[in-house]
Amino acid sequence: MTQINNSLKKRKKDLTFWQRIYIPEIIKGLSLTMKNMLRPKFTMEYPEEKFIPPASYRGRPVLVMERSGDERCVACGLCSRVCPALAIEVQAAETEREKERYPEKFEINMLRCIFCGLCEEVCPEEAIVMSKDYELAFTNRDDAIYGKDKLLVPVDQLQDRIEFLRKYK
Amino acid sequence: MSILEIVIITIIKILFILTAMLLTVSYSVYFERKISAWAQNRLGPNRVGWQGILQPFADVFKLLLKEDIVPERANKYVHAIAPMIALFVAFTTYAVIPIGPDINVFGYEIQLVVADINMGILYVLALTSLGVYAITFAGWSSGSKYSLLGGIRSSAQMISYEISMGFSIGGVLLLAESLRPIDIVNSQAGWMWNAFIQPIGFITFVVSAFAETNRLPFDLPEAEPELVGGFHTEYSSMKFAAFFLAEYANMIIASALIVTLYLGGWHVPYIETLSLPAWLITVIQITSFFVKMGALLFFFIWIRWSIPRFRYDQLMNLGWKVMFPLSLINIVWVAALIMIFKI
Repeated sequence: MTQINNSLKKRKKDLTFWQRIYIPEIIKGLSLTMKNMLRPKFTMEYPEEKFIPPASYRGRPVLVMERSGDERCVACGLCSRVCPALAIEVQAAETEREKERYPEKFEINMLRCIFCGLCEEVCPEEAIVMSKDYELAFTNRDDAIYGKDKLLVPVDQLQDRIEFLRKYK
Repeated sequence: MSILEIVIITIIKILFILTAMLLTVSYSVYFERKISAWAQNRLGPNRVGWQGILQPFADVFKLLLKEDIVPERANKYVHAIAPMIALFVAFTTYAVIPIGPDINVFGYEIQLVVADINMGILYVLALTSLGVYAITFAGWSSGSKYSLLGGIRSSAQMISYEISMGFSIGGVLLLAESLRPIDIVNSQAGWMWNAFIQPIGFITFVVSAFAETNRLPFDLPEAEPELVGGFHTEYSSMKFAAFFLAEYANMIIASALIVTLYLGGWHVPYIETLSLPAWLITVIQITSFFVKMGALLFFFIWIRWSIPRFRYDQLMNLGWKVMFPLSLINIVWVAALIMIFKI
């Protein structure tokens, strides 16, 4: 008990006379808030003004579509194997093209996806990457399962992320 | 003037004051949100109407549509009466506060105050102390521990601040030699504002006003982080809105009272020397009253977003060991001034 009293006494002694009067300190606080009121605002008015994320941003995972219109994916199934949330389902099929395999069915359940980016990290072909798309809203559960139609994105739109991956992966 | 004329004029005055009050209340809520946003480098409400100007109406509409929940263990009658008392006190107090000098409309000499009673300040003090019943009743009747704590804190806080408030008004009354608000305002013509003559009383009164209206830094009865809203935890819908309204109405009354008692009411210094037409002077004086009030309202909000809440023991210390002696010193100071200068 005496110890507590001593520490309190010491704290009181530390204050100068003007701090003890308290009113100058209030004025200091008020001037600080006033300064902040006049500063520019940080708010981004969302629907009108959209946030454009940097290349390091992990948005919705997408499949890379080559300029020829084919997917880069060879349906090795590594992404579906590594996915911790079991969100990816791949079904492989054969093709006449040089790389011989392609995904017949590629589905990502966006309700399960946790945006960890492991699929992108494990992919040997740079075929699945995280995009900058963050506006994901569905009105029912079936809409949340993205098939190849929604997942394929032209490679030109993903250049940013692919360069980032080559630099830091 | 016949009785009928007096009644009609009074009703018009009441209607005017009521609408003005309700509008100011809703817009002080709006500005509270705006200023809090600005102080935190945000924009604040800006979706409903131009710059969110219709936000208060949207808020009220939302509250009207909410379900009115009364807790099972509440005392239902007291629970319902408490917000009524809060509103009643908040709105009746304004009756005695004058907003301008006498004016002449269509041959009628009209005083710009609803009720010109000769002990107006006493009336205000009596009613504002009634306001504590609303909070205590609300806290007690809700049947919830947080509400009860809020109510008890509120009554303790009122007792410790009403005294210094009363004593600081004492200084004003000594100078004005009257309890009539109009006489008090007229005693401060020119630069004789009480805020300059008795700065200590001014500060103690402003601080007590903050405590009386339960505004931060003295909002212990509400104290969101500790008491989840305090006395109005168990209130919803319009009953909650009534408390909300009453809080802001109290804020407006407190600032009107500060203007009347310490900032010269409607008086503008040296306006008579400008040789303006009489009607323009009256208009300027009435506007000056509202400008002073608005500035004080801004000050209330500004303080709220600058200063953290006091701890309970600090509050009691401040009330009894600092404010009370200071208000006594103020009375002695004013008495000495009167004795020396024979004002």
